[in-house]
Amino acid sequence: MNKLNARMRRVMTAPFAVWMAIFVVVPIALVLYYAFTDANGSFTASNITSIWEYRGTYLISIELALTATVICLLLAYPLAYSISKMKARRQQTMVLLVMLPMWMNFLIRTYAWMTILEDTGLINTLVKFLLSLVGYEFEGFSMINTNGAIILGMVYNFLPYMILPIYTVLTKIDKNVIEAARDLGANGFQIFTKVLLPQSIPGIISGITMVFVPAVSTFVISKLLGGGMTYLIGDIIENYFLGNTGEVNYNVGAALSLVLMVLILISMGIMNHFDEDDETNGGRVI
Amino acid sequence: MKTLSRIYNFLVFAFLYAPIVVMVVYSFNGIKSRSVFSGFSLQWYQELFRDSVIMKSLYTSLLLAVLSAIIATVIGTAAAIGINATKGLRKKMYLAVNSIPMVNPEIVTAVSLMILFVFVISKFNSLEMGFGTLLISHVTFCIPYVILEVLPKIKGMDSNVYNAALDLGCPPAKAMLKVVLPQIKPGIVTGLIMAFTLSLDDFIISYFNSGSNVQTLSVTIFSMTKKPYSPKINALSTLLFTAILILLLIINLRQDKSKTAKKKGAKAK
Amino acid sequence: MKKAILFLLAVCLLLNAGSLSVFAAPKKTVLNVYNWGEYIDQSILDLFEEEYPDISVNYTTYDSNEAMYSKIVSGAASYDIVIPSDYMISKLIAEDMLAELNFDNIPNFANVGDAYKSREHDPENKYSVPYFWGTVVIIYNTKYVAPEDAAAQSIDLLWNEKYAGKILMFDNPRDAFGLALTKLGYSMNSENEKEWQEAAKLLSEQKPLVQAYVMDAIFDKMEAEEAWIAPYYAGDALVIQESNPDVDYYMPVEGTNFFFDSMCVLKTSENKEAAETFINFMCRPDIAAMNAEYVGYATPVTPAMDLLDPEITENKIVYPDEDYLLQNTEVFANLSNKTLMLQSTLWTSLKIESSENGESTLPVNGVDLFCIAVVVLGVGSGIYFGIRSKRRKKLWTS
Repeated sequence: MNKLNARMRRVMTAPFAVWMAIFVVVPIALVLYYAFTDANGSFTASNITSIWEYRGTYLISIELALTATVICLLLAYPLAYSISKMKARRQQTMVLLVMLPMWMNFLIRTYAWMTILEDTGLINTLVKFLLSLVGYEFEGFSMINTNGAIILGMVYNFLPYMILPIYTVLTKIDKNVIEAARDLGANGFQIFTKVLLPQSIPGIISGITMVFVPAVSTFVISKLLGGGMTYLIGDIIENYFLGNTGEVNYNVGAALSLVLMVLILISMGIMNHFDEDDETNGGRVI
Repeated sequence: MKTLSRIYNFLVFAFLYAPIVVMVVYSFNGIKSRSVFSGFSLQWYQELFRDSVIMKSLYTSLLLAVLSAIIATVIGTAAAIGINATKGLRKKMYLAVNSIPMVNPEIVTAVSLMILFVFVISKFNSLEMGFGTLLISHVTFCIPYVILEVLPKIKGMDSNVYNAALDLGCPPAKAMLKVVLPQIKPGIVTGLIMAFTLSLDDFIISYFNSGSNVQTLSVTIFSMTKKPYSPKINALSTLLFTAILILLLIINLRQDKSKTAKKKGAKAK
Repeated sequence: MKKAILFLLAVCLLLNAGSLSVFAAPKKTVLNVYNWGEYIDQSILDLFEEEYPDISVNYTTYDSNEAMYSKIVSGAASYDIVIPSDYMISKLIAEDMLAELNFDNIPNFANVGDAYKSREHDPENKYSVPYFWGTVVIIYNTKYVAPEDAAAQSIDLLWNEKYAGKILMFDNPRDAFGLALTKLGYSMNSENEKEWQEAAKLLSEQKPLVQAYVMDAIFDKMEAEEAWIAPYYAGDALVIQESNPDVDYYMPVEGTNFFFDSMCVLKTSENKEAAETFINFMCRPDIAAMNAEYVGYATPVTPAMDLLDPEITENKIVYPDEDYLLQNTEVFANLSNKTLMLQSTLWTSLKIESSENGESTLPVNGVDLFCIAVVVLGVGSGIYFGIRSKRRKKLWTS
């Protein structure tokens, strides 16, 4: 391959280079340009400074997304671990089962949660019915249109993205290392903290990024399950471009997107730092 | 311990599949209610096929997914081969640019493309958002995933074969087609399938970049979620789910067959 | 791989073959109609296409005037017909986005009652043809709302703590602020910043009681008794009542909004004549009656009223008396840009305010400090790791 001559190489990469330049680099440059100009096109920093008003929204978005990420991690690890211990044939089936829901339109799946969580929804109807059998009158849980429902939506939608990378790294761990640790007298907990956990870090990290990034920028989940009660940063961005406050302002919208992008790049930078192992593929699957 | 982990697995899967079960059950509901189930009926399936808006957007989504998968795979595969042979700063730059759409939150990609389109359209009045802008944006976010699948395969292949082909007088283009491509085929196919599913599943990018006359299925579904409930949405998702299930089963069975065939072959030897 | 490509190509061809039969027939004019959700009897579109085989209607919906405005203002999407409300029409006229109609192509305009022509939003009636009109009413469920609470027929019901968590509210600023301003006794078209601030305060007091901010999702929630009280448009109240007889509605005594939704053609439209044909069709008495029967709103096409069930036309909430409208209702006017900006800011801050009271235990300064700390830490570590990672490959690029 190394002999691939210069002309050939250029011909092969040219379409890619041109395409990415026009449709990735230029748009990002335009976001930057819009973020630092006003409607007339003259330079201003006021878009960026006006974002201070939305610090609470950034915070709540990060808070909800982080909570969802942690819950995903806690739910996913044991499952991934137990899948990785199964027989090969079964593993394949289980992985397929994890991936199957992802192939369904996520709007439809999230919408179905409304049916389950509503005050007159399935859970409440069921619980009320069961309690009425015992002769107890129950008011019902209020679950929909809360931050809890938004977190649930995030966990539900992005859980597979956490399970799969962790599962992949766990299958790669050499069984002999665990055996050796056991032979050397390590107990279950020690094996977990000293052997399994450190080796599964790359998977955990790519899982965290794959859950956190879409969760922090979502606007659909908060709309469907949050009932418009909590605005996330995605909602605000959407509002400035297509929303219903009637104030279309690409400049502020671009500034908000820029800040979101920078925040995520920073957190990815920090995450990368923990992933000292260069050559692993981050356990990425799909 | 084993039962405990079984119960745990069951609960997680119950969580993952609960809404899907709800959806499927309610698609057969006799009445138009999201909370009460009464009587079995297929009326929503009939109405679904009569709904021209849904059918048209399903068609748009499929066409879009096929086209963007093919274009992204062609561009991405060529680029992966090229990038693999590139060295130094240029390579780093390519890889960095390639990772932007994957690292960026989807909404930022969507918004940045929308700004580009609106900017261009405001300069040339005859243009408008439509299938073209959708195709461009889908290809854009699919390319990186194709490269991600193909690049490791190229790294892993034996470069001597290609060099040998050249030494034996094979023209580079032919060597590429006859020698390199077959070796990285699995990566290309995975990339193609991935691009197809990503495009089919996308909502956010299509939402910001569709015009007045073309809507993808996701955008149509989103506008349906804002309107009074219709079990048509459930019927639609049940059908989609069944289609995916069948497709996966076929793929799996075929894989199994080829595996057992290989095993048998190995044993025979 | 060949198989995969062949398969995809086959799918492509198939799809195209499917489309050929649809699109390759004599070239049709595609008319892009952009309307409110749940605001037409869809079978009318089929009737129209039957009658005018060379026009095909591409019908899409929005859920508020503001959302519609956001979509068309970029100029990137080309709609032919939009159906905004009064104040939005003024705004679109002021921004030169509407085309002057050629009324020679709309002979049925004569069917429109004089009371609905040349209103404030289009004084010379050059740009718009009325589609429906109506008022905002309060809808409630008689099963859950105590008769004495409903008997007052007041906007206050939306602020009644007894029904916390069962109240729905408009998810668009104009209608929501309209209600709050009316409750305070101010004009819905107030240009006084202090009055708007007061209204905003009122809305944020209401937020803990509100179950959700919704638009058309109200149908489901009221019909399934998920929510008990909601303000919405009179015609829709009728539709809701049809599927849940326990639902009732009233016009608030404090006064209410009186609105016109009119069909307009955008200046960017390339099919103006086809658009006018469509508008004309919608003003035909039989079609207007059919539409009104389905949608439930009041039709401005006077001859159509004779074709409707008298039970509907005698409903004083859907078709209020002229006197009542004059005395108790107010039409939204196009607000000044300054007030619009204020409205948008106040609305956004209402929406980003924490809905769960327990959560705002941190004093504001605490939040600020936290933000600063996060930013400083983030930038600092970003730079630090940026320098350090120079010697390492990036995660995503390996």
